[in-house]
Amino acid sequence: MISMKNIIKKYDGKTVLNDISVDFPSGKTSVILGPSGSGKSTLLRSLDLLVRPESGSVSFPDLSVNYAEPISKKDSFSLRRKTSMVFQNWNLFPNLTVLDNITAAPITVLKTSKADAEKEARSLLRQVGLEGLEKRYPSQLSGGQQQRISICRALAINPEYILLDEPTSALDPELETQVLKILEKLANEGQSMIIVTHNMEFARLVADKIVFIEDGNKVFDGETKDFFENPTPRIKDFLSGISLEAEN
Amino acid sequence: MWDIIITSLPEMVGAMLQFTIPLAVISFILGLILAVLTALIKFIEPSENKAIRYPYLLLRGIANFYVWLFRSTPLLVQLFIIFFGLPSIGVQLPAFTAAVIGFSLNTGAYASETIRSALLSVPQDQWDAAYTLNFSTRQTLMKIVLPQAVRIALPPLSNSFIGLVKDTSLASSITILEMFQVSQQITAKNYQPLLMYTLAAALYAIVCSLLSWLQHYLEHRTSKYVKGSEA
Ligand SMILES: Nc1ncnc2c1ncn2[C@@H]1O[C@H](COP(=O)(O)OP(=O)(O)OP(=O)(O)O)[C@@H](O)[C@H]1O
Ligand SMILES: [Mg+2]
Repeated sequence: MISMKNIIKKYDGKTVLNDISVDFPSGKTSVILGPSGSGKSTLLRSLDLLVRPESGSVSFPDLSVNYAEPISKKDSFSLRRKTSMVFQNWNLFPNLTVLDNITAAPITVLKTSKADAEKEARSLLRQVGLEGLEKRYPSQLSGGQQQRISICRALAINPEYILLDEPTSALDPELETQVLKILEKLANEGQSMIIVTHNMEFARLVADKIVFIEDGNKVFDGETKDFFENPTPRIKDFLSGISLEAEN
Repeated sequence: MWDIIITSLPEMVGAMLQFTIPLAVISFILGLILAVLTALIKFIEPSENKAIRYPYLLLRGIANFYVWLFRSTPLLVQLFIIFFGLPSIGVQLPAFTAAVIGFSLNTGAYASETIRSALLSVPQDQWDAAYTLNFSTRQTLMKIVLPQAVRIALPPLSNSFIGLVKDTSLASSITILEMFQVSQQITAKNYQPLLMYTLAAALYAIVCSLLSWLQHYLEHRTSKYVKGSEA
């Protein structure tokens, strides 16, 4: 389990995360929801030290990091070792082939042998239905293919948690479905995931728990069923807001 | 006319091979090394560790001063100071060495800005992606950011190199017998300035055209991953 406690993050004096405490259980899919600008990405990126909160802590059963104090190289490595991020725009390395994108971190960071890393990468590509694309460059692939490859890249370092920040927001509906199917499969296999998404249907389908954030405050933290079936007035507003947006 | 060309050409090509091209190539390589170092010093944020931070900030101050100095003064004046000026404080350099120093420092100052802006143009997203995979800053630079920056910097750096080949003609003013200086000497004997200087121009143009061709080849080689390139 990941336990985040009293996370505070400010940008230019403006509080973006206001004393947030939240748990993300292991082996489960947690979904973070909330309006645009509410602080979802900031919270997720704090987990991987892409954002450094002013204070608060994050702990795993065997690792604890206090954001307010200097973080040693070793702790930062251990923290990043436990998580791996999938980005909205996938952020593949354009100068590397598909295969090299996936094997770069295992070879460079984990010192896996090239042969083992490539074997693993091919098996991951097969699982996402993209075998045969090893030698291509990212620019030669569709967004949906690139996002599936970036999921392989994240899985290749065997993190405990995969963090996904709006993984399908930049995709057409058809391509979105390809990616969501893979995430659903990962969820069913018990991969620990934390997903930020605007897709309510998907959230409802895969989430074991929902965290709802608004203006940097945690407004809901509980079961998926409760969130969708007994919404508070504010959540009801949010859900209808989303569906109205979808109709426009 | 042809016999004038044929008699002066060997001497001019000789000067080109002996001075113009070595001067340009050596100065460009040294300048490029200096440029990469300077660009990295300006690009990489200082560590929070105090023992490294202050020496590093000092180094950065020196880098800034160096780039400012060589970009705000004319190359010819720089060459004069190094070759004619420094002896008054006891630093007497052979003309070729003085020229290499001047051209390298000048090229390095301009190229460092080219490389720094190329590094800056690689999106932050790429750093995020590398960091989430636990790449260190050095690994991210070497494997991800520099290769992308090199491709971006290649056309402006090629420009600098072509510019440098032509600027070597300034070395004639510090007594180096490079190609243009030789053409002046021949002109003094045969009184054919139009012909001789046109010949010199043509030789520069040939070398620079070869370099442009090399640039396109390298651009093609390094762009195989860019959208729209057919390689
Ligand atoms: N680097 C930054 N500098 C200044 N302000 C920032 C920065 N990053 C985020 N913010 C601000 O912090 C707040 C939270 O941003 P965040 O990206 O976490 O929101 P979000 O919930 O992910 O929104 P979205 O759904 O649009 O992705 C916003 O008001 C945003 O403008
Ligand atoms: Mg966001």
